Amino acid sequence: MSVKLTEEMLKALPDARGHFGAFGGRFVSETLMDSLMTLEKQYNELKHDPEFQARFDKELADYVGRPTPLYFAERLTRETGGAQIWLKREDLCHTGAHKVNNTVGQALLASFLGKKRIIAETGAGQHGVATATVCARLGLECHVFMGAEDVQRQSLNVFRMKLLGAEVHAVESGSRTLKDAMNDAMRDWVSYVDETFYIIGTVAGPHPYPMLVRDFQSVIGRETRRQALEKTGKLPDALVACVGGGSNAIGMFYPFLADESVQLYGVEAGGLGIETGKHAAPLCAGRPGVLHGNRTYLMEDENGQIAGTHSVSAGLDYPGVGPEHSWLKDIGRANYVSVTDDEAMEGFRKLTRVEGIMPALETAHAVAYAIKLAATMDKDQTVVINVSGRGDKDINTVAKLEGIEI
Amino acid sequence: MSRIEGVLKTLKGQGRKALIPYITAGDPHPDVTVDLMHTLVEAGADIIELGVPFSDPMADGPVIQLACERALKHGTSLRQVLAMVKEFRTKDIETPVVLMGYLNPMEAMGYEAFADAAVDAGVDGILTVDLPPEEADDVAPLFTERKLDAIFLLAPTTTDERIRAISEHSSGYVYYVSFKGVTGAGKINVEEVATKVAHIHELTALPVGVGFGIRDAKTAAAVGQVSDGVIVGSVLVDTIARNQADTDELKRALKDLLHPMREALDSLDS
Ligand SMILES: Cc1ncc(COP(=O)(O)O)c(C=O)c1O
Repeated sequence: MSVKLTEEMLKALPDARGHFGAFGGRFVSETLMDSLMTLEKQYNELKHDPEFQARFDKELADYVGRPTPLYFAERLTRETGGAQIWLKREDLCHTGAHKVNNTVGQALLASFLGKKRIIAETGAGQHGVATATVCARLGLECHVFMGAEDVQRQSLNVFRMKLLGAEVHAVESGSRTLKDAMNDAMRDWVSYVDETFYIIGTVAGPHPYPMLVRDFQSVIGRETRRQALEKTGKLPDALVACVGGGSNAIGMFYPFLADESVQLYGVEAGGLGIETGKHAAPLCAGRPGVLHGNRTYLMEDENGQIAGTHSVSAGLDYPGVGPEHSWLKDIGRANYVSVTDDEAMEGFRKLTRVEGIMPALETAHAVAYAIKLAATMDKDQTVVINVSGRGDKDINTVAKLEGIEI
Repeated sequence: MSRIEGVLKTLKGQGRKALIPYITAGDPHPDVTVDLMHTLVEAGADIIELGVPFSDPMADGPVIQLACERALKHGTSLRQVLAMVKEFRTKDIETPVVLMGYLNPMEAMGYEAFADAAVDAGVDGILTVDLPPEEADDVAPLFTERKLDAIFLLAPTTTDERIRAISEHSSGYVYYVSFKGVTGAGKINVEEVATKVAHIHELTALPVGVGFGIRDAKTAAAVGQVSDGVIVGSVLVDTIARNQADTDELKRALKDLLHPMREALDSLDS
């Protein structure tokens, strides 16, 4: 089923209870309800407050370094031999990934709400670094929860967070990755709810988070739309973004949802292959359930226990996904696909060697799929890859895979 | 009248307070859960809250997280938990059993199938930690149609407007979470609880059970003084963790913990 989306329909979503069709909502314990309702109310007011929006725009321009370029990957296009491949350079944002667009916005919200203690969960560490960064700048206390396994594989980012003055809590429970970091962040939040602002790093969590993170990240798609019209004279034919929780993807997709001609591709982590069960691709291979405050596609067993995930990239290693993506999947507006660890590594090497741009391993999933896609398209068509982050943080992982010690 | 309502009414008539222990089903092993449930009754339990293990218990502290992990290691599923209640009912048709857990295992089973199976097993009430009434429109009616009590949480942060609305959706009792935090954190402030529970009593006619942070006869008595019942969880689960190897020793330890609480509650002036 495919539905033609109008601007009016999109403005009405999520509904007053935070639902995107059958997905989203607010499934949390009672202690957090009041805080979430207050946050929703204040955000809805600030969203239309010119002073708040002006401050946000100024932060994005002067601190994050926006707009980021839309770059024509000429050699990659030539080698691929299909559609023109363009790169939206979120890797050039301050701190090296799109995550900071959202942390700047939420930190601004926190300061309007008068909260001085910030918590965050992180997988790859990019969101943790982006949060620690804005906290350093605003003089806020910062606690980052990170799965013990991710603390190991993203040690560079752990050190960065510490340098920035954040306290990093290694989470030893469950699978010791992103989902467990999120559990512990929620537990901390419930314990210090009055003084704490929880900066969630992706479009997941209870309402209003999926909405407000989307709004903050939508600057990616708005810029891309304008830049594509300027540089190519038309809208892109396809947009490709990796999907962990889905924030860089929704940020790119959202401003194009009503443009029927633009095909949307969200690329999930196929890990060792969907058929092996060792992956992190809930939209490709999961089913709807409830986790971390919202109803969405999940990886779970037949008894409703959340399944273990696997991905070479820590930022995609999550069994759920933002509820708006679940809705976009069910109405047929966006396509969700997956690429394996190996394919992603190939994408990583390709972009590095051919364009001199080293992408994050998360981003490498989008690169790998976009190359396959572009090859099937005409030369006068255009594909935009959202380069969500740069790969410096993954050097240790890549070296290890290649058997090199550094 | 539901079994829960009946028990709480009888206790009230006697001027007594309900003792409501919580254990996680399948911990330390699925084979001993029913036995432990009978032990809880022998030790003075009026109602049993039986935890359904979940892989991601977001509202729980380390003690109950570990209990979930132990139970899941033995593959304890929601269906098995229902089978345990059914087995418990072959010997005890009086003690109400409330299933306490998270939404996803119920969603995975299917709400209607779950509600039918819960009635069939002899379950009396359902408490879903991550299901506020706002999201319960499709689920709660399936419970109430089958005379299963839907028990919702109230918290220190719950506004008066919500206390009224939540109570309207609830039956059996409401569960007041005594502090802002996860289970087992031990931050309970008895005076604050007394003030809030007295206030809740002004807003609803339902009995009020208080849980989180009750760990001994003293806290049980202090909280029992102002509420209709006390829910005791982490301290029991911790005792289970420390006596996993020897079931007889474990049963003795559970009784040693609950007896003084029972006595303290029964010696309160009513
Ligand atoms: C560079 C980069 N891209 C993508 C992601 C995945 O998150 P999301 O799907 O929310 O964009 C992460 C998460 O850590 C990241 O660091």
